[in-house]
Amino acid sequence: MRVVFTANGRRVEADDVWEGESLLYVLRERVGLPGSKNACEQGECGSCTVYLDGVPVCACLVAAGQVQGRQVRTVEGLNGPDGALAPVQQAFLDAGAVQCGFCTPGLLVQTDALLARDPRPSDADIREALSGNLCRCTGYEKIMDAVRLAASRISGAEDGR
Amino acid sequence: MTARTVRGEKNLQKIHQASGDGIGRSPQRPDGALKVRGEFAYSSDLWHEDMLWGRALRSPHPRADILSVDVSAALALPGVYAVLTHEDIPGAKFYGLEIADQPALAIDKVRYQGEPVALVAADHPETARRAAERIRVEYRVLDPITTEEQCLDPERYGYVHEPHEYKALARGNVCHEQRVVSGRGVTDEVRALADVVVCGEYEVGMQDQAFLGPESGLAVPAEDGGVDLYVATQWLHVDRQQMAPVLALPEEKVRLTLAGVGGAFGGREDLSMQIHACLLALHTGKPVKIVYSRDESFFGHVHRHPARMRYEHGATRDGRLVFADCRIVLDGGAYASTSPAVAGNAASLGHGPYVIPNVRMQAVALYSNNPPCGAMRGFGAVQAAFGYESQMDRLAAALGMDPVELRQLNAFSQGDFMPTGQQIDAPAPVAELLQRAKDRPLPPPLDASDLRNLPGALSNTTHGEGVVRGVGYSVGIKNVGFSEGFDDYSTARVRLEAIGGEPVAMVHTAAAEVGQGGVTVHAQIARTELGVERVTIHPANTEIGSAGSTSASRQTYMTGGAVKLAAEAVREVLFDRGRRRHGWTHRDLALAGGAVVSASAGVLMPLAELLGDEPVEQTRVHRHRPTAALDRETGQGFGHVQYSFCANRAVVDVDVELGLVKLVELTAVQDVGRALNPQAVVGQIHGGCTQAIGLAVMEEIVLADGKVRNASFTDYLIPTVLDTPSMPVELLELPDPNAPYGLRGVGEAPTVSATPSIVAAIRQATGKALTRIPVRPEHLTDTS
Repeated sequence: MRVVFTANGRRVEADDVWEGESLLYVLRERVGLPGSKNACEQGECGSCTVYLDGVPVCACLVAAGQVQGRQVRTVEGLNGPDGALAPVQQAFLDAGAVQCGFCTPGLLVQTDALLARDPRPSDADIREALSGNLCRCTGYEKIMDAVRLAASRISGAEDGR
Repeated sequence: MTARTVRGEKNLQKIHQASGDGIGRSPQRPDGALKVRGEFAYSSDLWHEDMLWGRALRSPHPRADILSVDVSAALALPGVYAVLTHEDIPGAKFYGLEIADQPALAIDKVRYQGEPVALVAADHPETARRAAERIRVEYRVLDPITTEEQCLDPERYGYVHEPHEYKALARGNVCHEQRVVSGRGVTDEVRALADVVVCGEYEVGMQDQAFLGPESGLAVPAEDGGVDLYVATQWLHVDRQQMAPVLALPEEKVRLTLAGVGGAFGGREDLSMQIHACLLALHTGKPVKIVYSRDESFFGHVHRHPARMRYEHGATRDGRLVFADCRIVLDGGAYASTSPAVAGNAASLGHGPYVIPNVRMQAVALYSNNPPCGAMRGFGAVQAAFGYESQMDRLAAALGMDPVELRQLNAFSQGDFMPTGQQIDAPAPVAELLQRAKDRPLPPPLDASDLRNLPGALSNTTHGEGVVRGVGYSVGIKNVGFSEGFDDYSTARVRLEAIGGEPVAMVHTAAAEVGQGGVTVHAQIARTELGVERVTIHPANTEIGSAGSTSASRQTYMTGGAVKLAAEAVREVLFDRGRRRHGWTHRDLALAGGAVVSASAGVLMPLAELLGDEPVEQTRVHRHRPTAALDRETGQGFGHVQYSFCANRAVVDVDVELGLVKLVELTAVQDVGRALNPQAVVGQIHGGCTQAIGLAVMEEIVLADGKVRNASFTDYLIPTVLDTPSMPVELLELPDPNAPYGLRGVGEAPTVSATPSIVAAIRQATGKALTRIPVRPEHLTDTS
């Protein structure tokens, strides 16, 4: 089948898609967006988290055909139009929240979604929001630091307006 | 076909970093921006025009004879390019890290569930999966040999490997055995010297590395008949060393490049898909990509050895240890992997970081039909630490002593002797680490007003009733580097050239960056030694000599040391050039701020000017001081390069009615010698502690008659951010005079030491003996 959707603001088409393929497979193997990761492919690890029509989902659990005509935003679409790193991306780097980095794309999308709905989350709120994203390297401490840092920078920038 | 056509060029080419700090600071990772942009090419992200997808068919049985294999139905499926069995292997049929006892594809029998039997290459992963299903393998299923009792009675239960097949010093189903005896050993006379004796039997379940990036890679056949492999691994050169004989190629025609690695933790020391992808690529003449699913990953790499241990400790009334007697039985599974070295570690470190005048240790690694076990962070020291630290708590209780004071009374310090006879000739601040952990303020009492603070959390299982707090302590010892006489070295090439009027250093090693931040540290060392800002990291590959393994907490010590040597050599060449061409006679030349400087004369010349169009390039090999094999019977010998110590305090809240555990805080205090990158060091300690949390209360590969029951992240649980507490880290920096910059390997010690502190805390909360990890709710509620 043929699937046409919008990925990071760009219209993409995938031909000869087998009906069993996931959105994750189409992103990674057919439209050149391998940033979303394939750690478990059963919705447990969150490494493939993308926005689907503005809602974070596990791309591995979405059948390719379901995205026909819809909007997808992946880690590759988080940075600004000028290519500058988004605050969450910069905060993950500054805080040392990236080790192997395989969980990072999913965590960035999930964090972006958290801060969009709650710019000043408590620690318990952060933990709850990120509990569907596994990380095996960092022990999450520096991820917590990164989210706090991103929140403070975003809020600070807003307060300064 | 060249590397340029492989998608994922950015990190498979060079990574440039325009600025950053030297050692002792925490600059940004060179690969960090690529990683947060989703542009870093992991081994599973690679793509090549015309590439095929490879897949292995694996045995469903832990032990069976293969009567026949019929691949015709698979080959007939449209889109299938090749189906291979062991008969299609052009070279050696067996490989292995220490002992070549593992067939690349099963020959006539299978020894564990998941053993690869045949390979498929097809134009779509789904086609490959369907084709593999169509391969007809006729098995004669045999009773698996899975328990210690069965393994040790081969006359009755059989052999995992027939004795005539042994390729090592194995006997029966014992793959390896190491003993250590010191002082007078453990005799009746020695026992009589102790006022108090405590015995315990302990068990450790099989833990999985659970790195997130699945085993994967892309093999591209080359015009010279060789093959280029882009892969996630921990040691490119040892992969190649094992692959080349099987592929019947000289090593120079098997070229490996490190693709992005999604974590490792020991699980990428052994080969997984490397040989398979190359066999398929060479057979079909097309690039072949293999990516394991999570399910296959559980079968595709070795795990941490499960252990059964018996410990006996004797002490005087005032708490001085008199003797330790211990037997550790490690289940190595079907193939040797690193079992001999793991057993060596268990035997030589199994007494813990304590002065014990009389020791008798025995560590045995078994062959069985369980999944093969090998390297995982902590490597033989983890299992033992659960044993000896549980014993310390038991002994403290028997003596009526404070458990921390008992440990401190017997703690190693510099100058003490290991039971192997090796003197600890670098700082060993074991008592101080414990004291610092103890002196830290305790976290505030439970705030039950937010359900999320409670065991059970939003499951609403308690509002605080039945919740008891516990506190536990532990300390552990880990060796750093490859031990027992192994010729352990690393190679680095450093090049300094002027580009656009600025000096730029390039660092090339074959070291596997698996997430730990080795590339960051290499750039820092180059900056410090060469006084430059701009550094380029060359991709790791087999064009340069081996860097050794990213294992054993050794890579900053070994490859960092090699980068330092190569940079120093570059510096000397430049100073020589200056002396010859410019007549410099200063005795205090140095490189700083992009210039040659002298403390007495100030800036002599910008580096770019001295370099001109004549770059300087030097390659150096770094070896740590030699170690020696341990005597097989007595364990005596200068076995280890360096020791690493960490102490922990765990605070837990336990719902004693439901058996649910919530970690409140896990403190780590560790001597790191010198923190070249404090942020990365703390990150290693956090990560190491978290894997210890997993082993303490969550993680186990559950087996039934040799079959894995939980090969998924739905069923094999690793800690989430909700399971992981606040983890304060305190660093001591007591330099090791033998190590580059005085540094000490850091990655493993916390994984060794933290688990027992958590169990001790749960014991304090519940009063249960808890002799098996992971601790499960049923152990706390007597419902198992």
